[in-house]
Amino acid sequence: MIPLTYMMSLSAIIFAIGVAGVVIRRNILVMYMSIELMLNAVNLTFIALGSRLGSMDGQVIAFFVMTVAAAEAAVGLGIIISTFRNRATVHADELSLMRW
Amino acid sequence: MTVELIAGAIKAILMIFIGLQLAIFLLYFERKGSALIQDRIGSNRASITGLGKRLGLPNLGIINTLIADPVKLFTKEDFIPDGADKFLHTLAPFLALFPVMITFVIIPFGDTISIGGRVFDLQATNLNAGALYLLATLGLGVYGVAIAGWASNNRWSLLGGIRATAQMISYELAMGLAIVSVVMTFGTLNLQEIVRGQGGVWFGFLPRWGIFMQPLAFILLLTAGAAESKRVPFDLPESESELILGYFTEYSGGKQAVFMLTDLAEQALIAMLLTTFFLGGWQVPWLMRDGFHFPGGAFLSVPALAVSLLGIVAFLVKVLALCIFLGLVRWTLPRFRYDQLMKLGWKGLVPLGLFNVMVTAFVIVATGSVQ
Amino acid sequence: MPPFLYLFLGALAIVSALGVVAQRNPIHSLLSLISTLLIIAIFFIAEDAVVVGFLQIIVYAGAIMVLFLFVIWLLNLQAEIGPTGHVVLKVFGSLGAAALATELFLFLGAPHLEVKIFHQPAGYGSLASLANTLFTDYLVSFEVTSVLLLAAVVGSVALARRIPNETGEGSSDPRAAGLIRDAAAATAATSRRAQG
Repeated sequence: MIPLTYMMSLSAIIFAIGVAGVVIRRNILVMYMSIELMLNAVNLTFIALGSRLGSMDGQVIAFFVMTVAAAEAAVGLGIIISTFRNRATVHADELSLMRW
Repeated sequence: MTVELIAGAIKAILMIFIGLQLAIFLLYFERKGSALIQDRIGSNRASITGLGKRLGLPNLGIINTLIADPVKLFTKEDFIPDGADKFLHTLAPFLALFPVMITFVIIPFGDTISIGGRVFDLQATNLNAGALYLLATLGLGVYGVAIAGWASNNRWSLLGGIRATAQMISYELAMGLAIVSVVMTFGTLNLQEIVRGQGGVWFGFLPRWGIFMQPLAFILLLTAGAAESKRVPFDLPESESELILGYFTEYSGGKQAVFMLTDLAEQALIAMLLTTFFLGGWQVPWLMRDGFHFPGGAFLSVPALAVSLLGIVAFLVKVLALCIFLGLVRWTLPRFRYDQLMKLGWKGLVPLGLFNVMVTAFVIVATGSVQ
Repeated sequence: MPPFLYLFLGALAIVSALGVVAQRNPIHSLLSLISTLLIIAIFFIAEDAVVVGFLQIIVYAGAIMVLFLFVIWLLNLQAEIGPTGHVVLKVFGSLGAAALATELFLFLGAPHLEVKIFHQPAGYGSLASLANTLFTDYLVSFEVTSVLLLAAVVGSVALARRIPNETGEGSSDPRAAGLIRDAAAATAATSRRAQG
């Protein structure tokens, strides 16, 4: 069996890379992909722990996270498309209409 | 352990080899078989040293389609169009070929064979969730086409790529619903168990093949599979009269050969899936492990090795028959328009698939049995 | 799973994740994300969560990423050229992410967390056991999720809908708007000529 520390560290690193992506990149689509990375890291943690404890709850929660991520992707991408139609940009720094 | 590993590797290579051979047969069938259907002669010129002509034998066009054409394709210059993304342009054909090749390994092509006292299951990998693996790899087939269309820096390729992607993801759903109905009927996701469950007879003479239990699912999988592998009448993405070659217009030489191979291999794969789920896989009618049990009561004893080999031969015959049938459909029907295609997928096949799942569920609960 | 395999796959996953963040072309980022998802699915299957692993490939890598791809096509995003944002932000962002990673490492990667209980009931991770748990313990969440998906479908169609407009103002690509305008003008001219 893969050692638990290994799975947790891998999940931690991927989560941190996702956070870095959201903070550093200014392209909204790449920011959104980094959010998906974070969700996947969390899924990995759930599955690893669920498998160690022999409980199906980890898998069910991961299943729900996947489904919610799908719904969120659909709506989020719809928002990005409308934003692009109105502002003609996907660069987060230029979407500063409400900044004073 | 290592014997299993080596046996598995040999079986995997064998399956991929069979898949490629079927693709090559389909290539030949596309030239000469279509000529037969369309009442013309087809290719019959190329020959090496003219020996066959001197002997008075008819030229079957084998050298033409199977030697001259591939040699021509692979020796053509391989160029990447100006302004295209080099990495993606080179990656796309292999991204398209990969999911098709790895799906060949889960198809069971025989029962068991005992060599030297050891029993080998004639399926390269026996996954307990085989049907899910199938859906996963067929879903990954979208990316090769999408990236090919995008990376060509050509708006007609992009158009072909977008159409192909939309078509493939729409018909994936119908295919999934058909597979779900079959899985519900047999109660297992394991492909070898599904084929084993199709042994035996009904009413004393009718073999228990899936097509008799799920006729609607057979038609659904046939249609959705043809659409998924972009065969006519669903070949709008590579419509040869409109978009030149659609999403792989800008590919020449070896990469085009890889795309063609993917197309034909996917057709062979759909034929194999239909055989496994609906036509009994490697089951020969009335053949049990010890011999033939004919409906009249006659019994013919057959040695175990011959039973396994008969199973393999039966599998290949069924797959070939379905491939030829798909080829016949190709050369008979005209192409669908894009909106007709989408309408058929979403408004026709998906409701039918859901209806089929519902009816299957009712029947299973009503009879209280999982066959 | 032999150690060299999961170490190699883990390293590959980290490299792909870095590729998502660091690449300029959004399609390259997308392909890196797909490879990360596939490797995570392999880890799921290695942890005996077979059905969820395949569902990850079918749903995440096979459907959601295609959605991303369509949006990148629709918005016609090209590779970013030139500097992308403040250098200070990049430095502090990377430092912050590294600090987060270290902290998580210390808490989660510690050896004392190694779970001693390790027993799986028969049929763990199979479709039957997943379905049993979903439809008995988590039935309400399941039904609510289906309503959520319906709401997401309706919402995304409503958000991304383009109200058709003959002067081509609804188009998302400025070059396409010009082309549509020209095409509309040409059609109007020919119809006028056909009438007159």
